[in-house]
Amino acid sequence: MARAATTTDAFNAVAEPRRRQILDLLAQGELPVTELVERLGLAQPVVSKHLRVLREVGAVSVREDGRQRLYRVDGRALKPIFDWVSGYEALWSQRLDALEAVVTRLKEQEERR
Amino acid sequence: MTSTNRAAQLTLQADDQIHITREFDAPRHLVYRACTTPDLVRQWWGGQRGVVTSVEIDLRVGGRWRYVMTANEGFEVAFHGEFRELVPNERTVTTEVFEMPGVPPEQLPATLNTVTFVEAGGRTTMTVLVQCPSPDVRDAIIASGMEGGMNESYDALEQVARGLA
Repeated sequence: MARAATTTDAFNAVAEPRRRQILDLLAQGELPVTELVERLGLAQPVVSKHLRVLREVGAVSVREDGRQRLYRVDGRALKPIFDWVSGYEALWSQRLDALEAVVTRLKEQEERR
Repeated sequence: MTSTNRAAQLTLQADDQIHITREFDAPRHLVYRACTTPDLVRQWWGGQRGVVTSVEIDLRVGGRWRYVMTANEGFEVAFHGEFRELVPNERTVTTEVFEMPGVPPEQLPATLNTVTFVEAGGRTTMTVLVQCPSPDVRDAIIASGMEGGMNESYDALEQVARGLA
């Protein structure tokens, strides 16, 4: 899969741990930057920089609300990533479903003893 | 986090890693056993993608493993590697190489797979960390799981979404 430069590539944007944390927080609802700063315990310029990267790839959008700017997750930019990993994820889901069946059988055997 | 937490969750926390986690309603020594005993691995490793035809496991540090599966589409796929670390019921670290016909094994990229088993209240969380030598290898591995997977399940999509977002 071809990759663009870091800041324009949703894959890389999401791979950065701090940005994932920001997405986790925003996934629960809109937040102003001050709230993100407080919850992450990071300096505001650092949070702003991450938000800028996320906005550049379309993973986060922003709206004005009075004097505040509220950030939220925009799922459209993330969908290609979901699509890309879903086949591999399905493989593991099936595999681990089958593993669970094996484990359940072992558990029943052990309990019968 | 919701309670429909049964399906595997896949997350991409770094561009050269894959994390897969899954919870089992069983103590960890049983999950470990199911992952390290040839006759048991044979029953689950293929998922619904094919029939596992051979499982060899030399369960000691430095020992080799090799799994072969005949995929539903008729072709054969094989993986092998070496045990690097073994803590019974807790953790295995192995290398893993996908065998490509005509390519010498030493030229194929190996991943380093760390599987941990954590038990709490009789339930076990199994985590698979696939450390790839490069982002390109990571991408290739994920792309290799795409066949037959695209239309398979929007549930899977949702799980991934939950892991990523």
